[in-house]
Amino acid sequence: MKARVYVMLKSGVLDPQGEAVRHALATLGFDGVEGVRQGKVIELELTETDATRAEASVTEMCEKLLANTVIESYRVEIAQ
Amino acid sequence: MRAAVIVFPGSNCDRDLKVAFERAGFSVDMVWHKDTSMPDGIDIVGVPGGFSFGDYLRCGAIAANSPICRAVIDHASRGGYVLGICNGFQVLTETGILPGALRRNAGLKYICRTVGLKVETADSAFTSGYQAGQEIMIPIAHHDGNYFADEGTLARLRDADRIAFSYLDNPNGSVADIAGVLSDNRRVLGMMPHPERAADAGHGGSDGAAMFRALASQFAMA
Repeated sequence: MKARVYVMLKSGVLDPQGEAVRHALATLGFDGVEGVRQGKVIELELTETDATRAEASVTEMCEKLLANTVIESYRVEIAQ
Repeated sequence: MRAAVIVFPGSNCDRDLKVAFERAGFSVDMVWHKDTSMPDGIDIVGVPGGFSFGDYLRCGAIAANSPICRAVIDHASRGGYVLGICNGFQVLTETGILPGALRRNAGLKYICRTVGLKVETADSAFTSGYQAGQEIMIPIAHHDGNYFADEGTLARLRDADRIAFSYLDNPNGSVADIAGVLSDNRRVLGMMPHPERAADAGHGGSDGAAMFRALASQFAMA
């Protein structure tokens, strides 16, 4: 079973990399981009076959390591 | 007086920190990240600067979950002293020993230069060699030193006089210009600037030496 984790800076936390990307897009003539937030995607290959247990396990991984919940939020997707 | 300096793969200020402790009179044990316990009789643990585990995932995140960090957490929770510098500060926030987190510098650039700091409190074993309000020059060298703490945490840090150092001219976007914070019991200090790189006249500045001398006098009394 595959899992995908999306980690983003929380909305209240300034994202200087996203801001730099927004500026670069404007420089290229892409008007109308009001905001850019940059995050990361982590893909996991799991031996677990039960989606509910897989989600619980990956959530624990996020809390313990994959995300720093002081500044980051995360979302877990389990692919069937 | 004994200090332990933790060594992770990618640590690069470990020997400088060892020398700074030794100059102040400590005997120093270098402790590998795979060790599961601290040597007996350690007065203070130093978590050095560098790029532990290549800064993979997040700065300090992998190191914070290494076997020795369990022992560092135990040492701190028993009231032991810990000094985390630069990557060491990042490791201490990742373990949860210190509050907040270090983000990418606001200007996105790696910054390596000597900056002015204001000593915010002299009320700790680390800062008792300074006067509150004193201005000192200490080098920084980091890409992710932009300190973040939410409003509630910031208020707690301020109310309890736990901000140890602030930047005179904020180089990295840190909230409230914070360069270093103390734990609740004032025995753990995390800071982005490198006092061990300003501990000898040959470094071009020696304002950091007072920290190691103050720590030595603390443990000499004990």
